[in-house]
Amino acid sequence: MLIKPTVGDIKNIGFYLGKIIVGLGFIMFLPMLFAVMVQEWNPAFDFLIGGSVTLLIGFFLTKLCETTRDLNWMQGMVMVSLAWLAAMFFGAIPLYLSGHWNSFLDASFESMSGFATTGLTLVQDLDHLSYTHNLWRHLIMFVGGQGIVIVALSFFVKGLAGAFKMYVGEARDERILPNVIHTSRFIWMVSIVYLVLGTLALGIVGISSGMDPFRAFFHGACVFMAAFDTGGFTPQTQNILYYHSLSFEIITIIIMILGSLNFKLHYYIWMGKRREIFRNIETRTLFFTILATLFITLIGLNQLHTYPQTMVLFRKGFYQLISGHTGTGFQTIYANQFVDEWPHLALVGIISAMALGGAVCSTTGAIKMLRIGIIFQALKQDLKIIMLPERSVVMQKFHHIKDVFLEDKQVRSALLITLSYLILYCAGSVMGMLYGYPFLESLFESTSAAANVGLSCGITNTAMPNVLKVTYIIEMWAGRLEFMSVFTLIGFLFAALRGK
Amino acid sequence: MRKNAYNFSKTICFILIAAVYIFLGEICCAAQSILSTELIDNAKKYDGQVVDFEGEVIGDVMSRGGHVWLNLNDGRNVVSVWAEGETARDIQFAGSYKRRGDWLLVRGIFHRACEEHGGDLDIHAQTVSVHEHGKSIPEIPDPVKQRTGIMSALILFVVWGLSRLVDKKRKHR
Repeated sequence: MLIKPTVGDIKNIGFYLGKIIVGLGFIMFLPMLFAVMVQEWNPAFDFLIGGSVTLLIGFFLTKLCETTRDLNWMQGMVMVSLAWLAAMFFGAIPLYLSGHWNSFLDASFESMSGFATTGLTLVQDLDHLSYTHNLWRHLIMFVGGQGIVIVALSFFVKGLAGAFKMYVGEARDERILPNVIHTSRFIWMVSIVYLVLGTLALGIVGISSGMDPFRAFFHGACVFMAAFDTGGFTPQTQNILYYHSLSFEIITIIIMILGSLNFKLHYYIWMGKRREIFRNIETRTLFFTILATLFITLIGLNQLHTYPQTMVLFRKGFYQLISGHTGTGFQTIYANQFVDEWPHLALVGIISAMALGGAVCSTTGAIKMLRIGIIFQALKQDLKIIMLPERSVVMQKFHHIKDVFLEDKQVRSALLITLSYLILYCAGSVMGMLYGYPFLESLFESTSAAANVGLSCGITNTAMPNVLKVTYIIEMWAGRLEFMSVFTLIGFLFAALRGK
Repeated sequence: MRKNAYNFSKTICFILIAAVYIFLGEICCAAQSILSTELIDNAKKYDGQVVDFEGEVIGDVMSRGGHVWLNLNDGRNVVSVWAEGETARDIQFAGSYKRRGDWLLVRGIFHRACEEHGGDLDIHAQTVSVHEHGKSIPEIPDPVKQRTGIMSALILFVVWGLSRLVDKKRKHR
């Protein structure tokens, strides 16, 4: 029997949702301060309006639903999925006010793409967009990559027992430190240390590539945020092609790979336990899947002699592949070149890489390496059971931070999430085909949206049908939250309508 | 005699008309630059050919040794141009939020996947000329935005202040 949610449930959800919205409102004042520094007055007012409206609504919600009760699992999950929709809506306000997005739907698409670290964009005339709005586009990737709830847990929540439920709701089920709030703060510390180092490295390369120092470091910071959080936005229309620099490409590859690793692994590396990199099931699986998908991509590119030299072929193929596999979405080719010049086999390699993703508890989307590793281990165990004498007991072990014995519930969970992703990839591509796009292109764009990658073969543009824009928004949202909190929200709404 | 004079003037007229036609044709051809979307979508067709391209310089003029990278936006997409370093001297503005960049006309060899530049799609310029210089675009303050921003901030402060007052009274009781 379905039980109708109580007023208490709604108040609890509303109160913590309000807190998250207040947190988001405060973040909006960072670009406003930056706008004052660089004397961009209209953008400063865009963020004053956006920040004030967000704070007002968040404040009203916390007052209206004031409670001292802690969140239960259902409330935590529903709250997180609503928080991401609220972030999309409020984050779109300053973008829309800039006049660089054709409609509020386009601005919302951009906002969700940013928070979910996808990188698909509908911006108009990006090359004349203000520094302030560009900073916001990249900042929302930094916030979304760590997790909107992580922000609230790190800075606005003190000693909340329900924190873990929100943390899990945001597709992070691993605690690095015993306390979830300390875990959130550790994630921020890692990210900020890398932010400083990455910005310096990219800024110096930018200056040596002929950019002026302010622009070089501004671009460095923006590109770092997009690379480490495996987002994919860049400050210029041409994406990474704009820089025409091998050094820039190499540094972004390193940052993308760092972003695709588990924060727990970062913790172990920081603690000096570097052997964990070579033993961990996720890094091993990542290594093998990169090799396999790279092989497919390069064979494909070689078939049609897409690039004249082997080194050029490798450089283009490897960059797009790493960008796709880590879920970043940086491109050194034009979107249309994927369709016009890349053979189908190479596209299949890239689509497979995008569908697989990086590590759990990282900033990437998609199925993720731990699940692929677990499914492979289960397959290995089943093969052993068939091949060994019937009386033998087969125990399968894998190493993820510590040695873990494979259990059925782990396999079940990995298979369920993998299946959900596959259904989402297919559903989005069916939607694309309904609007007349060819199969492979629809699958490419849908996988890119659902796996929070951001590589585009040209379907994503302002002229695409609104229904398709909404479809991709839903894919980005569900893909980023890894389904459970979205399913809980659907169940919650169903119970509110049909429950007793 | 009269007939000869008539034929002569007819020939002169024909030559003049032909000359004007060819001259106008040249002008039209020179002005007919290719669009970025046409280049990108049909890169194989134009690969290795001399093309005329025009667009606004955006972002940065990036010096690399004796050459520069120019990124030209023709309003549809951006194409990179590899030009002689001296070109940079004529460029006054590169487009950004507060600047409209110089509008350049470029004639050069188009590369679908340039071997010299890691497979990038680019144009190696033979000639570059500034068609129109750009300018600084002063930011015109939007009064509606200003009023709305100030009003919303004021409302926020009043609501926040009132709520603090109510909270204090509640605690006092």
